Amino acid sequence: MTALIEARNLVRTLPATVPVTLVRDVSLSVEPGEFVALTGPSGSGKSSLLYLLGLLDRPTSGSLSIAGHETGDLDERDRSRLRLSTIGFVFQFHFLLPEFTVRENIEIPMRRLGRLSRPAMRRRAGELLESLGLAGQFDKRPDQLSGGQRQRVAVARALANDPPLILADEPTGSLDSKNSLQVFDILRGLSRDEGKTIVAVTHDLDLAARMDRKLDLVDGRLVADTATAGVAVT
Amino acid sequence: MTLLLELAFAHIRGRARQTLVAGLGVALGVGFSIAMAALMQGSQDDFVRQLVDSMPHVEITDELRAPAPQPADAAYDAVAYSGLRTSEDLRGILNPTAVMAALEAWVPGTVAPGLRSRALARNAGREAGISILGVEPDREVRVSSVAGDFVFGSFAELAAGGNNVVVGDGLGTLLGAQYGDTIELVASTGQVRSFRISGVFHTGVTARDEGEVYLSLTNAQILAGRPDAVNDIRIRLDDPAAAPGVALRAEALIGYKAVSWQEANEAILEALNVRNVIMYTVVAAILLVAGFGIFNIVSTITFEKSRDIAILKSLGFASADMRRLFLVEGLFIGALGSVLGWAVGYGLCLALGFIRIDIPELGDATSLPLTWSVWHYAISSALAITSAAVAGYLPARRAAALNPVDIIRGAT
Ligand SMILES: Nc1ncnc2c1ncn2[C@@H]1O[C@H](COP(=O)(O)OP(=O)(O)O)[C@@H](O)[C@H]1O
Ligand SMILES: [Mg+2]
Repeated sequence: MTALIEARNLVRTLPATVPVTLVRDVSLSVEPGEFVALTGPSGSGKSSLLYLLGLLDRPTSGSLSIAGHETGDLDERDRSRLRLSTIGFVFQFHFLLPEFTVRENIEIPMRRLGRLSRPAMRRRAGELLESLGLAGQFDKRPDQLSGGQRQRVAVARALANDPPLILADEPTGSLDSKNSLQVFDILRGLSRDEGKTIVAVTHDLDLAARMDRKLDLVDGRLVADTATAGVAVT
Repeated sequence: MTLLLELAFAHIRGRARQTLVAGLGVALGVGFSIAMAALMQGSQDDFVRQLVDSMPHVEITDELRAPAPQPADAAYDAVAYSGLRTSEDLRGILNPTAVMAALEAWVPGTVAPGLRSRALARNAGREAGISILGVEPDREVRVSSVAGDFVFGSFAELAAGGNNVVVGDGLGTLLGAQYGDTIELVASTGQVRSFRISGVFHTGVTARDEGEVYLSLTNAQILAGRPDAVNDIRIRLDDPAAAPGVALRAEALIGYKAVSWQEANEAILEALNVRNVIMYTVVAAILLVAGFGIFNIVSTITFEKSRDIAILKSLGFASADMRRLFLVEGLFIGALGSVLGWAVGYGLCLALGFIRIDIPELGDATSLPLTWSVWHYAISSALAITSAAVAGYLPARRAAALNPVDIIRGAT
C-alpha cells in the first residue's frame, strides 16, 4: 500500500533578520488508516508541521506527497483543490461560520467541491451530524451549541467531502475531559471503522497512548517515532 | 457561485446599516447623475433643436470647396500656389433648374432655391445694410423657420406678384417703417427699387430681425441684375440627423459646396461634447467618492471576517474564491445603490419637471428642459458599478492574500 503522507526532509524557516526555523528536516511516512499522535512541548513546531502536511503552508525545502500527489509543483489553486477533496482540518477552535446553521456549515465544503447533488449533500450532512450525536441540532446556529457540540460539528465539517486524511490540531484542547473523550472516541472510530488516516496534535499523553503511533517533536525536530497500543509501525 | 453569493450576502447582512449608508451614497451619486444628465441633455436637445429649426439642414452655395486646379499645377510638378481663393462666380450655381431637379429626385425633404445678395435698405433718410434672400414662397414656407415667426403677413405675400418685401421687426424699427409702408432697396449694382412691406417677422435673433430681407426670387434677380441666377439652395430634411450624408452626396453630385448644419456648427457641437465629457467626469468623480463608502465596508468586513477567510481557505477555497467573494460584496452594494439611485434620479427629474421658469421678457413661463433617456440610467450605473468593483477589488485582493496560517495561529 502506498503511503498517504510521504514527507522527505521538510524544513520550514520564517525569513527574517534572524530566521526562525519552525520545522527542521522532518521525514515521515504515514500509511492509510493510521491514527497518529503528534506530541511535543509547546512551541516545538507541532502546529507548523501540521500546516505543512495540510498544504496550508509551503515548506522552505524538502518534498511532500499527499495521497500520491507530489505537492511541490502544485500552484495555489491545485493545492486548494487537493485540500478540498483529500484533507479535513480540525482545529482547537471550531471556526464555524456564525451566520450559517450547523447543516449549512457542513454543506459548505461539499458545495465548493460540487461532487454531490444538493439533496445528496443535505442527506450526507444529516447523516454525519447524526453519527456524531448531533441529531436535532441541524438548524441551530453555532452560538446555540455547547463547546463539545461545536467541536463535533467541526469534525463533521472536516468529514464532509469524505477525505482520506484528517489533520487535527489539539482538537480537544479547549474541551473538558468528558467532551474530550467523546471527540477522541469519534476520531478513534473514524480511524478504526472507516479507515481514515488521522494525525492529531495532542498534549494529553494518555490519549496519545491510545493511538496507533506517536511522533515526538522537539525544537522542530522529529526525535521519536514509536508504535503504541501494540499496533506495528510500518 | 451561489455559494459565494450566500457567503457574501451573510457578510453584508451582518453590516446592514453600514451597507445601507454606503448604498445610499452610491444612490445619491447615481440619482444626481441621472438628474444632471437629464438637464444637460435636455438643454442640449433644446439648443440643438432651435439650431436645427433656425437654419437649413443642408445649404448649397455657389462656392467650390477647393480652388480650381491651376493649369501650371498639372503641367509642372514643381509649381505650387499659395493664397489661392475660390472666385465668386457671378453666374451663381450653373444651370439651377437642372440642379434642382437632380436634387429633388432623391433628397428626402424639401429643396428651395434662393439668391442671396447684399444691399442697402433706405427709408426717410435712414439706412441699414441688409442681406437679401430671394425665395420661391411656396417652397420657402417648407424650408425656413421664419415661416412660423411672422407678426404680420406671410411668405405668401411675395408670391402675389408686385414689389413686396418681407422684413424683420428690428429692421422696421431701424428704418422707422411699418407693415404696409414702402421702403427703398439699393443693390450693389446701384440699382434702386421700392418695395412695400407686406410681411414682418420676429425670430428673436437680432442679426436676422435687423438684417434679413426676403423678396421673391424674380425680384431679387432683377434687383441684383443677375437674371435666372441662384446661388443658395437650402434643403430641409425629414430627418435632420441625415444631413451630413445628404450634404456629401449632394456635393459629389453637383460639385458645389454643400454644408450640413452639423458642419456649419462644428464648433458649437464640439463645445457640447466637451460639456458632456466634463459632466461625466464630474459624475465619475462623485461615484468615485461613493466608492470610498464601499471600500470602507468591504475593508471592514475583510478585517472582521479574517478568521472566516482563514477557515474557508483551510477547507479548500482558493485565493481566487476569496477575491471573488469580496468583489461580489462590493458589486452587490454598488448594484443596490444603483437601483436605489434610479429611483432617486427618477424622483429628482419629476421634481425638476415641476419647476417653472418665469422670465417675463422671454414670454410664457417654461419648464426646465429635461430629456429622459435610458442611457443616463445605464451610464451612471455603469460608472457606479465600475467604482464599486474597484472599491471591492482592493480589499478583496488583500483578503485573498491573507495567510490562513497566521490567522489560525493567532486565534485564541
Ligand atoms: N510568525 C512567527 N514568527 C516568529 N515565530 C513564530 C511564528 N510562528 C510560530 N513561531 C514560533 O515557532 C515555534 C513553533 O510554533 P508552533 O508550530 O505553533 O508550535 P506548537 O504548535 O508545537 O506549539 C514557536 O516557538 C513559535 O513561537
Ligand atoms: Mg500548536
